[in-house]
Amino acid sequence: MAVEFLKMKWANAINEVVIGATKQDGGSRSSVIKVGGQTTLPYLSDEGSIPNPPVIAYEIWDATPGDWSEVLKEPFGNCLGKPVEWAKKCVNEFKADLLCLRLMGAHSDYGNNSAEKEAEVVKDILKAVDKPLIIIGCGDDEKDNLVLPKCAEAAKGERCLIGSALQDNYKTLAASCLADGHNIIAESPIDINIAKQLNILISDMGLSQDRIVINPTIGALGYGLEYAYSIMERGRLSALNGDKMLAMPYVCFVGYESWRAKEAKALEKEFPEWGNEKDRGIAWEMVTATALLQAGADILVMRHPKAVGEVQKTINKLLEK
Amino acid sequence: MFIIGELINGMYKQVGKAIAEKNKKVIQDLARKQVEAGASALDVNCGPLSKNPVSDMQWLVETIQESVDVSLSLDSTKAEVIEAGLKLAKKKAVINSTTADQEKLEKLIGMAKQYKTYLIGLSLDKKGVPQDKDRRIELAATIAAAAQDDGFPVEDLFLDPVVLPVNVAQSQGINVIEAIREFKLLASPPPRAIVGLSNVSQGTCERNLINRIFLIMSVGAGLDAAILDPLDKELMNSLITAELILNKQIYCDSFLNAYRKK
Repeated sequence: MAVEFLKMKWANAINEVVIGATKQDGGSRSSVIKVGGQTTLPYLSDEGSIPNPPVIAYEIWDATPGDWSEVLKEPFGNCLGKPVEWAKKCVNEFKADLLCLRLMGAHSDYGNNSAEKEAEVVKDILKAVDKPLIIIGCGDDEKDNLVLPKCAEAAKGERCLIGSALQDNYKTLAASCLADGHNIIAESPIDINIAKQLNILISDMGLSQDRIVINPTIGALGYGLEYAYSIMERGRLSALNGDKMLAMPYVCFVGYESWRAKEAKALEKEFPEWGNEKDRGIAWEMVTATALLQAGADILVMRHPKAVGEVQKTINKLLEK
Repeated sequence: MFIIGELINGMYKQVGKAIAEKNKKVIQDLARKQVEAGASALDVNCGPLSKNPVSDMQWLVETIQESVDVSLSLDSTKAEVIEAGLKLAKKKAVINSTTADQEKLEKLIGMAKQYKTYLIGLSLDKKGVPQDKDRRIELAATIAAAAQDDGFPVEDLFLDPVVLPVNVAQSQGINVIEAIREFKLLASPPPRAIVGLSNVSQGTCERNLINRIFLIMSVGAGLDAAILDPLDKELMNSLITAELILNKQIYCDSFLNAYRKK
């Protein structure tokens, strides 16, 4: 007897979020990035449509990273600490379609730059490269509330994706995104209930649901990856079943989490049985990223160009028909 | 939960009057309010006093569709009245309803197939409303079997165990709830269970309370749909909470608000 495959039919689609604005839309980007829009679980294209493939954003800093391993610093050479050069290298040499600028320079550990100075950095990068931009604060709520509104204003009309809004600190950023026409990242601590609540709070402020991207917070391989995976999967199932307050694309900060892992950074001479550190950290980032693709990640923010290249190949392969 | 708003029914004085006077505003306000309150579909019934139910049904369907964009549940004992509404319905409609009588079943299943609608099947026949659980299941099985034999998709079939007022048929409440549980076993994929809720409290003094408790008990037994008053906010809040407890919605602090954002 022939086996008939059961196919799921889902009630709801994930919202499509557009990052970047071309001249036509009032910005200056050469192209835009669309994420979301799918009506099925990851890569099950027989059960629904997947109009936009997952995308990878290169993470760049406006400061010299203090704790990056030599392996991770090597590909960027003397661009570290020079955000414009760094951005150009990612776009021109590594063919980045999307950049994620982390404004670490605003942090007290990294120079404590003023909001005005950070806004200048944003302007310079937008001038130097024409790819859409994600902008992330330094992680200090008080400072971010000063810096991000200035940066949002500096990038007005460019439809960036700006983060992160948190359950107890979302109003300032949501108001800025609303005023200056940007999308927002809503961050929750591996907690689907808070993710949903935050989306409600933000949309109650008037930001439409198709301008919100969920950062579910992830753990790297060996550091809670499976928790992140199950949270993302649960949210996605609920969204496809009709829960509009979870029907947002996911952004995952893969580079940040992966390269924090001891297993990614430690030198071979410290742990000979772990093998060559030149490959290990890259593999850690790749494996974390590919697992999250299966969990439903729409945007992967990554660091090492080799890991990016391999994960991009995986995405292409997964979407082959 | 598939919620069918019950308020556009000529049996209600205000609605009966609006139909007689062709007062669009009254009907459209009721339609909008029910949809805003969470109705997935609206019941449309010309009421017992309608002199020309076919043209009244047509007018109601057109009037409602001018203000909201939801499924309509065409409610009449007469097939020609239902069909008059089906011809105008823009969204997948609900035929409300057939009984388990052979002749009626054939006719309404045929109509449901032709117009690609949902169909409500009442577990009653010419002999009347069942007085126990088993007879309810037997009649529901008759309807489900007829639908399957005729190639009507069972997942579009809603089976109604027929709710009776608690003050006149107190022993029937539990029979209805147990029947709901068993309806789901009649076919695969399972048919859906529906109740006309307000009947349970007919003639009682605590209508809202009785409606609310009966609905939640039925939801616990697997109820998929109900014809009810969505403007009863406590009823809707209780329903949303029941779905939360049953893990059908993901919790968040504003879960009531979240549900209404759908």
